[in-house]
Parts: sequence; structure tokens; C-alpha cells
Amino acid sequence: MYQYDHYDQKIVDERVEQFRDQTRRYLAGELSEDEFRPLRLMNGLYIQTHAPMLRVDIPYGLLSSRQLRMLAHIARKYDKNYAHISTRQNIQYNWPKLETVPDILADLASVQMHAIQSSGNCIRNITSDQFAGVAEDEVEDPRPYCEILRQWSTFHPEFVYLPRKFKFAVSGATHDRAAVQVHDIGLYLVRNEAGEVGFKVLVGGGLGRTPVIGKVIRDFLEKRHLLSYMEAILRIYNRFGRRDNIYKARIKILVNATGIEKFAEMVEAEWSYIKDSALLLDQKEIDRVRAQFAPPEYDKDAAADSTFDEHLASNQAFAAWVDRNIKTHKVDGYRAVVVSLKAPTIAPGDVTDVQMDRLADMIDEYSFSEIVTTHDQNFIMPHVKQADLFPLWESLAEHGLATPNIGLLTDIICCPGLDFCSLANAGSIPIAKQINEKFNDMDYLHDIGDIKIKMSGCMNACGHHHVGHIGILGVDKKGVEFYQLTLGGSAENDVSLGDRLGPGIEKEKVAETIGRILDVYVEQREEQESFLGTYRRIGIEPFKERVYPKKHSEEKVVASANY
Amino acid sequence: MQIIKDEKIVEDSWQRLVEITADEILPTGDIIVPFAYWLDNKEVLLKRDSKLGVCIDGDDETEEVAKDLKHFDLIALDFPAFTDGRAYSHACLLRERYNFQGELRAVGDVLRDQLFYMQRCGIDSFQLREDKDMEDALNAFTEISVKYQSAADGAEPVYKYR
Repeated sequence: MYQYDHYDQKIVDERVEQFRDQTRRYLAGELSEDEFRPLRLMNGLYIQTHAPMLRVDIPYGLLSSRQLRMLAHIARKYDKNYAHISTRQNIQYNWPKLETVPDILADLASVQMHAIQSSGNCIRNITSDQFAGVAEDEVEDPRPYCEILRQWSTFHPEFVYLPRKFKFAVSGATHDRAAVQVHDIGLYLVRNEAGEVGFKVLVGGGLGRTPVIGKVIRDFLEKRHLLSYMEAILRIYNRFGRRDNIYKARIKILVNATGIEKFAEMVEAEWSYIKDSALLLDQKEIDRVRAQFAPPEYDKDAAADSTFDEHLASNQAFAAWVDRNIKTHKVDGYRAVVVSLKAPTIAPGDVTDVQMDRLADMIDEYSFSEIVTTHDQNFIMPHVKQADLFPLWESLAEHGLATPNIGLLTDIICCPGLDFCSLANAGSIPIAKQINEKFNDMDYLHDIGDIKIKMSGCMNACGHHHVGHIGILGVDKKGVEFYQLTLGGSAENDVSLGDRLGPGIEKEKVAETIGRILDVYVEQREEQESFLGTYRRIGIEPFKERVYPKKHSEEKVVASANY
Repeated sequence: MQIIKDEKIVEDSWQRLVEITADEILPTGDIIVPFAYWLDNKEVLLKRDSKLGVCIDGDDETEEVAKDLKHFDLIALDFPAFTDGRAYSHACLLRERYNFQGELRAVGDVLRDQLFYMQRCGIDSFQLREDKDMEDALNAFTEISVKYQSAADGAEPVYKYR
């Protein structure tokens, strides 16, 4: 993985001291609340319901065991012994004291980490495919380009006060696991007809209040032009994006208002001036960064192992875990392991200090000291030998990290919601708990199979509800929490935004309602058909009828009378 | 009045006229007028024998300003709020695309913690908001010494030195 040189180290060290001074000036009254806000946000620090929340960047999700131990240490020393993996592969602490944040940042800098631009109206952490580097369907490893973009965007002087936040995702695989199409800029590494690898560029995707699927602005961009083209898009956005209304300030609104053809013309015109400037990316730099993501030294004999099959045949619980939580690897004899942070009794995506320490030990032993956070709030151990899967499973199980539910109903994406977030209108975590309590029969969950439930506690859509197969949005109606359901969303290659099912559901009835929706699926599915497949085939009506039986028929009567 | 110019606190000779009424007689000396006033009063302004500056805001099109660049000794960039980042792009364009060699001055809601970014975009003088300490603000230029990316300050991306 990428190792800081003295330049990289200096910039994070200087940032710590800069923020220490900004915090001091704020506490001394030299900086007003309004003046301090963007400064602290650009260091990931929110003022939340109970205490500040600190969001720490994990560039493209990749962590070493040393970094993971430091994250555990921070949870122990400055927080309440746990942290939360976010939907943008970052990690969040819910209870730090403002005064201690400079010290936390210094601890992070000591392991080549930071919280730079993890919030604020600037370019945020660059996210990617959690299987980057080990996926079988990869055109090229996207992480070197994420790192190049991370450096380019860090303290970019022109783009620190954009109209609104700006999110990048980069994928190098044919199967999109990074929700590329719902980012402000989405990049796919692709091969052109001449066999060269470059980028397909999408712009103007995003969730939030106005969910929009990104549009292709360029089918093929040469690697050396990566930075100049991004700069052209950002400059057009910085100049012409709306600043009069926070809800209309994302680039998707500008792209939609301008039209993608006209917007592309503006970008190309801007780009023509700057494409051959100092922004031209040296091949030498690409090679330097790529070299740092070279694969580890895999054991050539890994596939010769026979113990894995023996355990699989003799241990049902192990086999169930392998079935759901183990993914293929490009190297024979190796697997990628998904570590579930979705045990029934914990808030989705939460991880304790002890778990992080033990995971660090496990990856030192079994995964070349690397671990990756995922946008669906789990971890990946990217390189595990098949012979090590059984002992690893035993260790994970001992620490509550082997729930065999990846991709199933209980592998819920969930924002912190009303329990922690000052923006939220409704709780998310209690709903996740309700779902876990109702659907606690593993056989039933396996029968339902692949399904993505995504839940947000407000319109900001941190829980990506628009692209859940079942989306749940918490809303506040006169002080009472209600939940708006959507069906049929997807963030993958077959991207779609969910359709609204009907009026909000009372808090107590969310899990029950999901049960009814699943009943329709079970009754209507054709063999091997997924929930999403069935939904797309039969449409929303049968689900509406089941969830709102009486009301729905009334609506129908009214509609036909009008007609 | 004092301003920060080239990282030093200096006395300033410019007068900035924020609003000018139709029958107002312009003061003698170096003046900064709104860009819109320049567009309507070019002849009068060109007859003066002192230096001329214009002030542009986020809504002014840099491309329009660039057409008259040779007449300006100074361009002031107005930050109506320090969170309004449009002037950063205007500064970059004026320096890099239109090769403006005169003084680029930040005015309005100009605060210490943005000076580093403004300077990197080619702004070389700063009229700090009145209630802020100029001595303290000078520290802003040395806080971050590594520049990852090229910008209008002429810096090469740091990777070139690796």
C-alpha cells in the first residue's frame, strides 16, 4: 500500500499544528463559531447531538494493521471504546472532546492518516471498490489513481470553498461495487479499442434530496489528462454552481439545469486551455504510485491445500460463513474475506477497540497486514490463503465478527440517525434492531437471498436509501418518526433509483412491513430470481396492494372516477 | 490604511469606491471602482492621470473583465462571504489565462485562514476584515509548506521533486 514520503508526512504534520492553532483561537474567542465551522469541517469535525463527531479519512478504504491499532487506540483513549464505519469508507468517532481533536489528529499523522477534507464544501475522500487489487474482473487496480487524486485534491487552493461537497468514486472492475454512478464524479477504468487503459468519466450523480444518476461526460480520457480534466469540471462547477440555495448547490443540479451536452461543451472548452499545462500527469509519477500497490508475495502453493475442503464438508457453520462471507480472489488458492459488522445486536457498522485490535492481529497473521473498509459498512481482508480460512473464521467468531450474513437482509446499510446525528429526522439504529429481531431465522434469510436494505435517517441520504433494493427513509411528521419505503433501487451497474411505495410507515411497523414485501417476493419469484429481479419484472403494484390493502383500493376507485 | 501585500503589512494608497452616484466627482489619486462603473464610464476614467483599479464580484464574467485588462493596474476580488469561493477561480483565470501582471487584491470578508489559498490562486494583496489582527494573519503564509498541485502561484506539483 502507499507509504508516505517526507513530503506527504510534512503536509499532515503541518496540518495538525495548523488545526491546533485554529482550535486555540476558537476557544480563545478570536474565531467566531461561523468562522471556525468550515475550518473544523475540513478536518472532519462536526458538532453533533451529544458531542462532536470526528470523521477520519480512510483513502479508498485501505488500512494497515498499524493504522487499525491506532484507530483502536483512539477509540479507547478519546472516545467510548468504539467507532463507526461510514458509507464512504471512512471511520467516525462519536464522542471526542473538541479540545482533544488536535491530539487525535497528531496520533493519526503518526501512522500516515488524517481527517483532511473528510467534510466541508470541498473534494472529499476518494472512494473505490473494496476488492481493488484482488478482484478477478479488474481492468486495472484503481487505487493508484485514487491516491493521485487524493494528493491533487488535498488543499487544492481553487476548490476548498465549492458551492457544496464533492465526492469522487473510482472503479477498475467491470462489476461496479463502488456506487460510481451516484457520485459527483465517477470514474471507471476502461480499455479503448486500441487496447489502452484510461477513464470513462461520469458527472453529476448523487443521492441526497434530489437523487440523480451520473451522466457520461467522456467515454475515454487518457491517464495523463486525468488531473486537467478533473480540474476543468471542478472549475466550471466552482464558477457556475448555485450558491443561493444549499439544496440546489450540488453539481448534479448544475448539470441538469445546463444539460449534459452543454455542460460537456463548457468543460471541454475549459479543458482545451489547461490540458497541456503543469497539470499534465507524468508517467513517472503514475509508475511511482502504482509500484506502491504491487501485489504481496503470494504463496504459489496456496491452492494445493486440502484442509479447506475437509472443514467445509465437516462443519456446517463454517460452510454457511464461507457461502456468504468469502469472495473470489484473482490468485488461485486465495480468497477475500468479508468481516461482518452486522451482528444482530450491534448498530450496523460499529466496531469496538478490542475488535479492531484483534482484527489487526488477524490481518498480520492472515492477510499481509491489510484490511479494507467497505461502503456497505463491513471490512474486507483482501488476501487470505484458503488453508487459513478455518482458523481465521474461529478467531472472527470469537469476537462476534463472523455473522454469515453478507448480502443478506440483515447486512443493512445504516446511517447513525437520530441517536447521534444532529441532521437526522428519525432513528436508523432502532429500525436496524427491529429488523434484526424480526428476521432472526438464518434459514429464512438464506431463502430470501441477496437483498440490499439501505436506510437513512434524513433526506441527506447518507444511508443511500435511494439505491437500496428496499430503501428506508426516516421522516419527521409533527414530531413523530415515520419511515418512507422505496423499492427497486440499485447502486451497481444496473443502477436505478427506488420507487416510492406509498405513505410513511409507523416506526413500530417497519419490520412487519418489510415482511409483507418479502411475502410478495416469495410468492411471485421465479426460480433463482432475486428480489430485485422479481421487482423489476412485476412492478410496484403487488407490493402496494399488500402493504396498503384498503387505502390502495380506495385510491384506485378515485383514480378511475377521475378518468 | 494598511493592507497585507507580498506577505508584509504596508500602507496603501488606493481608494476603493464601493458605490458611486451619478453626479459624484471622483477623488484624485489611485481609485478602485466597481467593474460595472468602469463599463459605463470608460472615457471619463481613461482621462484621469492616476492609476485605475476595478472591483469584480462573483457574478462578473472573468472573460468580460479580461477584454479591458490593459487599462487596469489593480483588480480587486470581492469576497461577499469567506465561504464564497468563486473569486478563487477568477484569480486563477486572470493570472494563468489572461496573464494579468498587476495587483490582485482580496477585499470583503477576507480572513487569515483563507489567505494561503488566495495566495496560491495568484492574489498578492489582502485587505483583511477590519476587526482582524494583521500581524497574526501573516502566519497564514507559512503554515503549509508542501504544495501537492500546481496553481496560479507558479508552483510545480510536489511530485516533480520526488
